[in-house]
Amino acid sequence: MSEKATETRDLIFEVLRPFADEKGVSLSEGTELAADLDLDSMKIMEVLLEIEDRLDISIPQNILPNLRTLADLERELDALKTH
Amino acid sequence: MALFDKFKQLANHREALFHGGIDPGRVVIERILSPTHAIIDGRETVLFGTNNYLGLTFDEQSIDAGRAALSREGTGTTGSRMANGSYAGHAALERELADFFGRKHCVVFSTGYSANLGVLMGLAGPGDVIIIDADSHASIYDGCRMSGAEVFRFRHDDAADLDRRLKRLGSRASDALIVVEGLYSMLGDRADLARIAAVKAESGAFLVVDEAHSLGVFGATGRGVAEEAGVEAEVDFVVGTFSKSLGTTGGYCVSNHDELELLRYSSRPFVFTASPCPSVVACTRAALTNLRERPELRTRLWDNVRRLAGHLERLERPDRPPSPVVPILLSNPALAVETWKELLERGIYLNLVLPPAAPNGISLLRLSLSAAHSAADIDQVGDALVALLGGVMKSSPG
Ligand SMILES: Cc1ncc(COP(=O)(O)O)c(C=O)c1O
Repeated sequence: MSEKATETRDLIFEVLRPFADEKGVSLSEGTELAADLDLDSMKIMEVLLEIEDRLDISIPQNILPNLRTLADLERELDALKTH
Repeated sequence: MALFDKFKQLANHREALFHGGIDPGRVVIERILSPTHAIIDGRETVLFGTNNYLGLTFDEQSIDAGRAALSREGTGTTGSRMANGSYAGHAALERELADFFGRKHCVVFSTGYSANLGVLMGLAGPGDVIIIDADSHASIYDGCRMSGAEVFRFRHDDAADLDRRLKRLGSRASDALIVVEGLYSMLGDRADLARIAAVKAESGAFLVVDEAHSLGVFGATGRGVAEEAGVEAEVDFVVGTFSKSLGTTGGYCVSNHDELELLRYSSRPFVFTASPCPSVVACTRAALTNLRERPELRTRLWDNVRRLAGHLERLERPDRPPSPVVPILLSNPALAVETWKELLERGIYLNLVLPPAAPNGISLLRLSLSAAHSAADIDQVGDALVALLGGVMKSSPG
């Protein structure tokens, strides 16, 4: 795992922690946005807006169908950052 | 997950909210009496969820025009304009709309929904960029997805956020398509088009404004929020629908860009669906004439808006600018459902909007006002809302 990827993961965990706390689950690579954190598509889009601002990147809506787990999110964000 | 599992979830969700009782999906209008009154469940009911802003659905001129077209041209066109040709009425309606908006071109679609699909899929494709307001209507989201373009969102009605996101796009910004609405359909707030248009102008991007809920409602001549804000020159494409203020069905796009005409060949939601029925076209043309020639309808609508606002002041809601779409935000879906049912039993119909149809997970009761509502209608709903919600609104988000 590169240093950059770890950075991305830290941010993802930070942004999602409030949702995890609310559901009483702990976050891991395999945590599912919908099934475990109860995030519907609208909420996921809100989370992405926040991540966009924190990382100063643009996240296209088109990645939404690819996002099931936190690992998916991390992979997509890293791909965007190296663009 | 098996194919049908998702329906179980949906059924459980509905059961938990409605306990097998009446829900908006099951309301039957047994008899429609006027633009504002109907019989529902044997009871005379005032309608506050129609989007019938100018009250034109029973207008005699529209009905006569529709009846004449029905006799003259038959019940339907049985195909798309590409395959079967356009009727004279389609072409006339397009000319009249272009004239009304002072634009060179107009394309009419079979619904407002397909107008958004048609315009977004027609204008943008893979490799292009669309940037939309986060609270956009489902038809805008769907059109974006089906276009294959890269799609970004900006925070609702936040011109500074739009600006930031355009700047992030770098050189791609000047070719991006920005999409916003004039009046947002659920919360009834109007777009800050002056600032959005300024950001658009600076970036060199293109701007689409969906005036679905603002046609005939805003602007000196009823062209919508862009007219009211004085920024029509910055709006490249206006999209809209006939299904609200004009009281029929169908949608349109007007523009000065010659490329709009080519959507007739390239845009699947135009090409691959049957064209509007001749009678619907005739009713729409008559309604457009009404909209243009009877500004008093708009005045009456706004009188009603102010009258209801007077009642709702008693609910201690945070200040919202008066709007023909009035959202009553409630703290939870159960309260929204209960209140909605209670109002229906009192002979008042309004829209029940539960997540995810409303933005940010909120539940709301939504009213839309009409020029055809009487003062007594407005007082009835105002008093009922205050009676039912006067005590609980303070704990609500607004
Ligand atoms: C903003 C907006 N755009 C488009 C539409 C679609 O219009 P129609 O219902 O006429 O297809 C609607 C209404 O449903 C709307 O609210």
